[in-house]
Amino acid sequence: MSLDAKIPQGPLAEKWSKHKFNLKLVNPANKRKYDVIIVGTGLAGASAAASLAELGYNVKAFCFQDSPRRAHSIAAQGGINGAKNYQNDGDSIYRLFYDTIKGGDYRAREANVYRLAENSVNIIDQCVAQGVPFAREYGGLLDNRSFGGSQVSRTFYARGQTGQQLLLGAYSALNRQIHLGKVKMYTRTEMLDVVVVDGQAKGIITRNLKTGEIESHGGHAVLLATGGYGNVFYLSTNAIGSNVTAAWRAHKRGAFFANPCYTQIHPTCIPVTGDHQSKLTLMSESLRNDGRVWAPKTAEVAEKLRKKEITAAQVKEDERDYFLERKYPSFGNLVPRDVASRNAKEMTDEGKGVGTTGLAVYLDFAEAIQRLGEDTVRAKYGNLFDMYYQITDENPYKQPMRIYPAVHYTMGGLWVDYNLSTNVPGLYAMGECNFSDHGANRLGASALMQGLSDGYFVIPYTIGDYLATIGPKAIDTSHPAFEKTKQEVIAYNNKLLALKGNKTVVEYHRELGHIIWEYCGMARTEEGLIKAKGLIKALKADFWVNAIVTGENDEVNAALERAGRVADFIELGELMIDDALMRRESCGGHFRLESQTPEGEALRDDDNYAFVAAWEFKGENQEEELHKEELIFENVKLSQRSYK
Amino acid sequence: MSGNMNLTLKVWRQKNSQTAGKFVTYKAEGISPDMSFLEMLDVVNESLTKNNGEPIHFDHDCREGICGSCSLYINGRPHGPKKAITTCQLHMRTFSDGETITIEPWRAAAFPVVKDLGTDRSAFDRIQQAGGFISVNTGAAQDANAILIPKVIADEAFNSATCIGCGACVAACKNASAMLFTSAKITQLGLLPQGQPERYSRVQAMVAQMDEEGFGNCTNTGACEAECPKEITLMNIGRMNNDYYSAKLFREEHAHDHTGGE
Repeated sequence: MSLDAKIPQGPLAEKWSKHKFNLKLVNPANKRKYDVIIVGTGLAGASAAASLAELGYNVKAFCFQDSPRRAHSIAAQGGINGAKNYQNDGDSIYRLFYDTIKGGDYRAREANVYRLAENSVNIIDQCVAQGVPFAREYGGLLDNRSFGGSQVSRTFYARGQTGQQLLLGAYSALNRQIHLGKVKMYTRTEMLDVVVVDGQAKGIITRNLKTGEIESHGGHAVLLATGGYGNVFYLSTNAIGSNVTAAWRAHKRGAFFANPCYTQIHPTCIPVTGDHQSKLTLMSESLRNDGRVWAPKTAEVAEKLRKKEITAAQVKEDERDYFLERKYPSFGNLVPRDVASRNAKEMTDEGKGVGTTGLAVYLDFAEAIQRLGEDTVRAKYGNLFDMYYQITDENPYKQPMRIYPAVHYTMGGLWVDYNLSTNVPGLYAMGECNFSDHGANRLGASALMQGLSDGYFVIPYTIGDYLATIGPKAIDTSHPAFEKTKQEVIAYNNKLLALKGNKTVVEYHRELGHIIWEYCGMARTEEGLIKAKGLIKALKADFWVNAIVTGENDEVNAALERAGRVADFIELGELMIDDALMRRESCGGHFRLESQTPEGEALRDDDNYAFVAAWEFKGENQEEELHKEELIFENVKLSQRSYK
Repeated sequence: MSGNMNLTLKVWRQKNSQTAGKFVTYKAEGISPDMSFLEMLDVVNESLTKNNGEPIHFDHDCREGICGSCSLYINGRPHGPKKAITTCQLHMRTFSDGETITIEPWRAAAFPVVKDLGTDRSAFDRIQQAGGFISVNTGAAQDANAILIPKVIADEAFNSATCIGCGACVAACKNASAMLFTSAKITQLGLLPQGQPERYSRVQAMVAQMDEEGFGNCTNTGACEAECPKEITLMNIGRMNNDYYSAKLFREEHAHDHTGGE
C-alpha cells in the first residue's frame, strides 16, 4: 500500500488556499444529513466539534472525563504561538514555519507546518473573540513572551494557564452548540474500537463508564482527537487518564501508526523524589525567560549540595556552570527542549546533579529577582512558583528550583495525510494523536497551536471533501460489522475481568515505564533496545496470566478502564522499541549513542532516514510492517541544527 | 524528609447513586510525607486490590491542580485543610503520624454520588451551556488587537476565568449554592468588550439554569470564597447580582432577544 500524503502542488505559501478552493463542498442544506463522530474534546476535539456543528453537521462528541472542560489540554501552561509580528521584532509566517521545521529536526512535512504557521494568526483572533483573557499591555494591546527554539516574542499567554483559558474558550464554543442541539455530548464514555465497513470507518464502539454498557454509534466519519501516549512511560507530565487506547485500537483496525518512538522529554520538570510518585509536574518553559539554568562546576561541590552541607546560595559565582549560556550563547537558556534536556542529563551523568537523588539541575531566579524585583517575578510566574512550593516544600523565591527532564509530549501518532485523514477512509486524527506537524521534536507553544489549527481551521474544510464523495446515505448500525466489533470488545473486556492473578495493573504499568524510559528515553543504543524488546515481550505474557482486575463490567470500574489502557500501552511499547531500533540516527530528543557529532550533538542521517515511519498492524504478536513516506524539502535546506 | 507515617482513614463507600453509603475504616501505613493525598489513596488502593478488596473510587486526572476533577471532602473541608489548593496538591506532610482522616464526597443534591467519593457534576456543564459563552462562529473573528482591553480589565477577567469547576464552592456552602461558580463565568465575560452583546440575557439564562438544577441560594456566608482553590472572590457574586437585577428591572426586553434556540 502506498502512502499518499496528498500534498497540494504549487508554491508553499499558496498550497493551503489553493487546496481549500479545490476541496469539494457540501451544500448547506445537505450538511444536516451527515453525522460526524468526534472522540476526545480537548483543544482539537472541542474546537472541531464546535466548528463542524456551526457549519451544520450533526456532531456526536465523546470524552472519558465527566466534562469536556477536564481534557488534559487544560494543563498546558506557557502559551500559544501566533506569527502576528505585533512586536515588530521580525516575525513572519515563514519564520514560524522555518523555526518549526528546524526545531523538529527536519522530520516534519513542509506543507503541514507552513499551514500551521499560517493558521496561527487566525487562532489568536478566534480565541480573543471568544473572550479568552490573554495577557495585555497597559494600553490594551496583547502582550507576548518568547519560548524555546525561537528568537522572537511570538507567544501569547494567559499567566501560566494558557491551556486552561484556550480550552475553556473551545469548551464554551462547544457548549453553545450543545445548547443549540447541534452537538450531542457523551461524557464518561470511552471509545474501545472503531467500526470499519467495506474499508471505511463508519462508527465506534464505546463503554459507558457509569453503567458499563457497550454501545455502537454510527457516523459518516470518525474523528479522533484523543491526545498523546506519554503515559506509556508511567511517569510523565500527562494526566493520569491520558491513554493510547482509541488510537491503538484504530491502529489495529488498519490505521498506520507513525514515528511511535518520537517522544518529547521536557527539560523543566520537578524531579522525581521516590517510587510513590504517580506523575511528574512540568514547570512552564517560559520560566527560562528569566530563570538561569546551572549546575556546580565540579562533582565535589555537587556532592556537598546533595548532602546538604552547603546551600545553593553558598556556591560562588565562579563555581557555577551556566552550561546552556556557555554552550549555546545565541539562544542561551531558551534552546529547544531536546537540547536543554540532553544537557541536563549530561550534567547529572557527570556527577554534577543536585538534590537528594542527584537527578536535578538548578533553575535560578536570584538574578531576575534582583533585576526585576520579587513582585514582578511573582506577577509573571506566581502560580508556577506556588505549585513548586506545594510539591517540594521549598520556596523558589529564596532558593533555586530543582528541575529535571520528564516525558511530556508525543510527536508520534496516527499517520495522516494533508487532509488529516488516516489511511482508513473516513477515519481522521487531529491534535497530539496524529503525527504530523512537529517532526522529531516539538517547539514550545506549538501544541496548543496545532490542536486549535486542526480543529478550528483544517478539519472543517477537509472533512467536506470526503463527505461529499460518500453522500449523505444514513449509516446502518445494524450492519454485521457493528455487531461483530461489539462482540469482540465485550470478549476482550471479559478476558481482562477474568484476570485474577497476584500483581496489580499499576505494577505492570510501572515496570513497562521503567523499561521504556531506560532503553527508549533520552538516549538509546541498539543493544539496549534489543534487550528492552525481550523484556516487554515477557512483561506482556506475564500480564495476561498474573494481572489482577477487580470488579465487574456493569458498574463504575476504574480498574477495568486502567487494565485495558495498560494492555494497549504494552503493545505500543513493543512498537516504540521496533521504531527506535530501525531509526539508526539521532534526531530531536532521540539520541542514538551510535550517532553523534564530534561535539556530542545529535547527528542526523538525512540520506537514510529523512522519512516518516508508518507502521502497519499485521495481526496479534506479529511483527509490524514498515512503510516509508519520504520527506521532501523544497523550501528549507537540510542542515545540522545549531543554536550556538 | 521526616519518617513515614501511619494513618487511619474513615472513607465514605457507596456503590452507586441508588444505594445507601457508609463509612469504612482503613489503615494507611508507611506513608511518605512527600506523597500527595491522592498518591496516599493510590497506595491504599494497591493494597486493597492485592487483598481481594475493592479499590476506593475517586475522581482525579491532571494531578497538578488545574483540571478540577479531584473533589474530596477531607476532615470536613473541601480539598482539605490548606488554603487555595486542590486535593491533588495537598501533601501528606500536612498531616501528623497516627492521625485519623475522614474522607467524604461533595455533599449537594445537585451533585449525586456516582460511586464512593466521585460525584456527578454535570449540572455545572448545563449551567455553562445555558449561556456561558460568546456567540462567535469560527473563522469570522477580527484582528485580535482591534479589541483593546486595558490590562487591569484583562487581569480582572482572568481572575474570574481561573475557576476550575471543581465544585468546592457548592460543597462548602450550607445551601449548596452554585453562585460563586456561575458568577465567575458571568463576570469574566461581562467585563470584556466581547461579552457585552449577550451580557444581560446570559446572566438570566445561567441563573435560571442554576435554579433548575436544584442549587440553593446565597446567604452571603462566604464559605465558598474561603474554600475556593482558585481564590475566586465574593465580588463575582456581587457583579452577577448587579447584572441580574439590571436585566430584570431595566433590560427584560433585551434579554428576550437571547438566541436560545433556532
